Amino acid sequence: MADLTSNFVGIKSPNPFWLASAPPTDKEYNVRRAFEAGWGGVVWKTLGSEGPPVVNVNGPRYGVVHGADRRVLGLNNIELITDRDLYKNLDEIKRVKIDYPDRAIIVSLMVPCEEEAWKAILPLVEDTGADGIELNFGCPHGMAERGMGAAVGQVPEYIEMVTRWCKQYYSKPVIVKLTPNITDVRQPAAAAQAGGADAVSLINTINSIISVDLDVMAPNPTIDGKGTHGGYCGPAVKPIAMNMVAEIARDPETSGLPISGIGGITNWRDAAEYMVLGCGNVQVCTAAMTYGFKIVEEMISGLSQWMDEKGHTSIDDFVGRAVPNVTDWQYLNLNYVSKAYINQDDCINCGRCYAACEDTSHQAIAMTKDREFSVIDSECVACNLCVEVCPVENCITMVQQKPGMIDARTNKVVEKEHGDWTTHPNNPSVFAAE
Amino acid sequence: MNHSTSTAGIVSGRLKSDALVENFDDLHAPFSKHEALVASDRCYFCHDAPCMTACPTSIDIPLFIRQISTGTAEASAKTIFSQNILGGMCARVCPTETLCEEVCVREVSEGKPVEIGRLQRFATDRLMSQNIHPFVRADNTDKKIAVIGSGPAGLACAHKLATYGHDVTIFEARTKGGGLNEFGIATYKSINDFAQKELDWLLSIGGIKVEYGMAIGENISLSQVQSDYDAVFIGMGLSGVNALGCEGENMDNVEDAVTFISDLRQTEDLSEVQVGRNIVVIGGGMTAVDAAVQSKLLGAQNVSLVYRRGKENMSASVYEQELATSKGVRIIYNAQPLKVLANGSGLDVEFGYTETISGKLEQTGEKFNINADQVFKAIGQNLNGASETLVLSGGKIQIDENGRTSVPNVWAGGDCATGGDDLTVTAVAEGRDAAININTMLLS
Repeated sequence: MADLTSNFVGIKSPNPFWLASAPPTDKEYNVRRAFEAGWGGVVWKTLGSEGPPVVNVNGPRYGVVHGADRRVLGLNNIELITDRDLYKNLDEIKRVKIDYPDRAIIVSLMVPCEEEAWKAILPLVEDTGADGIELNFGCPHGMAERGMGAAVGQVPEYIEMVTRWCKQYYSKPVIVKLTPNITDVRQPAAAAQAGGADAVSLINTINSIISVDLDVMAPNPTIDGKGTHGGYCGPAVKPIAMNMVAEIARDPETSGLPISGIGGITNWRDAAEYMVLGCGNVQVCTAAMTYGFKIVEEMISGLSQWMDEKGHTSIDDFVGRAVPNVTDWQYLNLNYVSKAYINQDDCINCGRCYAACEDTSHQAIAMTKDREFSVIDSECVACNLCVEVCPVENCITMVQQKPGMIDARTNKVVEKEHGDWTTHPNNPSVFAAE
Repeated sequence: MNHSTSTAGIVSGRLKSDALVENFDDLHAPFSKHEALVASDRCYFCHDAPCMTACPTSIDIPLFIRQISTGTAEASAKTIFSQNILGGMCARVCPTETLCEEVCVREVSEGKPVEIGRLQRFATDRLMSQNIHPFVRADNTDKKIAVIGSGPAGLACAHKLATYGHDVTIFEARTKGGGLNEFGIATYKSINDFAQKELDWLLSIGGIKVEYGMAIGENISLSQVQSDYDAVFIGMGLSGVNALGCEGENMDNVEDAVTFISDLRQTEDLSEVQVGRNIVVIGGGMTAVDAAVQSKLLGAQNVSLVYRRGKENMSASVYEQELATSKGVRIIYNAQPLKVLANGSGLDVEFGYTETISGKLEQTGEKFNINADQVFKAIGQNLNGASETLVLSGGKIQIDENGRTSVPNVWAGGDCATGGDDLTVTAVAEGRDAAININTMLLS
């Protein structure tokens, strides 16, 4: 069986599945249950400075976007960092680490952007025996109003400065957790790297209003008639997060910087996708909050099966393997031609492909009186819309037109050679550059 | 051979061959991948799931369904087999409607359970069709264990013991293994020789030898195997058939339903199996239903299943009863056979209506007759040939919670032993658990 052992910036865990810093990792009770369930590591819910802890609202904290059958697609939360006493948390971390030496425990931190504040807390964390720290520069709600969380993560100079302090006053790995609420994630990642970060983790949650109560006329979750924006996470954010991961992984300045992937990871496949895009491990929250800690068993068995099938013996065999294939639009091969093909044996005659193509695309699907649907090759631009709206998986497929064939739409021979926008005759800069 | 459903007497070929093939095809067609994904999507991944508690082998049902939904049916099958090595057969024959699916939260709330049985079949078929055996034997321990019977209990026990590295010898009375899986289940529940394929697949773990034609009490004695082996597990089933206890039950064409079912399973050509035009089946369990339904599927014109108590007391589930009536079987409740009489070349069964008064079954005094070419007895089986040294309880070998009998180093499980329902899945659980206890004993 495949070896799932993970070594992320020197932090070892029996598998690459960590629980993200979030409500599930707020205290000893939960973390012990998580380890018993099989999680490889946890990032303990964010600790703040010594003193009276933060307070949370006493009304609802979460809101959800549901799919069919009330499937949780996206989750929004306005919970702040831990509202428990700093020393209570530290004692618990120390105890749990002693009992679970093979699991990773990372301590998430968020204190004011002052050197003294970091200097004060870091030795306390060092003393717990935890394996590393994660700097919470990402939470977009509440704490950001006080100049912490996302407010720091949106200023690369602050990221670099605080990271540097942490590397100075703490001996173990420092992971910088990035906010997605910026325009170009590569800049905060580069700042973390410049400050000496061992790794970045991303994404934290996205600014969001999950829904609006039309009777109260206020955002949900509503607290005494008012609502505020929260942080959005869960399966819905995965595509956004994966793009940010890939941007960091393929940028020459930041490539090679270890990444811990976060954002909507719900099963083994999600994890594998993040990892081939360059993540050394992954962190999970919403899936655990939806289904409980037991879901890690499916992640472990699924990743093992996939690794065995593909012949990957260790995590390192596939981390980052898809990064070279993430490119800019301008380098996509314009000479690659495909056409949709509808398998009549699988077709259930619903007509969704027809409606989508006829109304919103290229009028490339024909419909007979008997509700038989077929692709008109001379109109099909291979947009893939019919494939994606078809309720039957693999009923409609994209078939490559081999070089030498005539593209029925353009009446041109499909060329064998690669040809992209950088060399295309319609590109005005092609000639300008010469 | 131009017979039809109305041909008098007991004949074969009442239906055309293609109709017979269709009638005896899979009761539930296997899921396609798409169907399995849609079905798996309905599972809520419940906490401390009721389905898992209801399963006698405690299969982690939410996990295996989730593994199907994420495209890893092979991992799903491993989850199933780690608890129930006969998960393939159980997926076909378990009365899921009274076990996992009955307590599925979606059954309770919507009346439409997640189709656990069919999903289990999807996963197990996937792995078995690739001929992958997901377990590896531990290093050989030089311990020898004898298993009496190769039915579900014996096979589950033998497999588990083999994984521990022990050497297992199974003594099977018949010339073919599988026990009730091979001989006692309706043909349409296990087609394409599945029981034998499953047996071969199970034995591929290694370390298990099967000696056929070896019946305990006939060719071998319990005391002999006791002295030759480190431990003994008895999973010999119930080979005796209960008598009706009424006049005329030894007449020709009054037969044991289990024999009819077994012969049907073993036949190469369904068009050669004889069945009467008029059939009476007496009993209220799965065997009665299997005999009645299959008589109808062979082309019998009138099939009456007569049970002495009410619908709610019948041990065959409501689902099985409805299956029978949907195939055209007439179920008569609250009637008991009084005598079997000759009627020309056929038979007449005289029944008396019953009622339950203060918990006691009593005759109402009213009688009726049903004409029959064949009468199938299905009022239960009994233990036959168990060693006299074993303490019995209620006609079965008495075992404790670890499967131990009254005799040292002898365990028992399945239908021949006390405890649990007489179900394949219960037998698997008992065989497996006895193996775990045997292993603990051998290593201590």
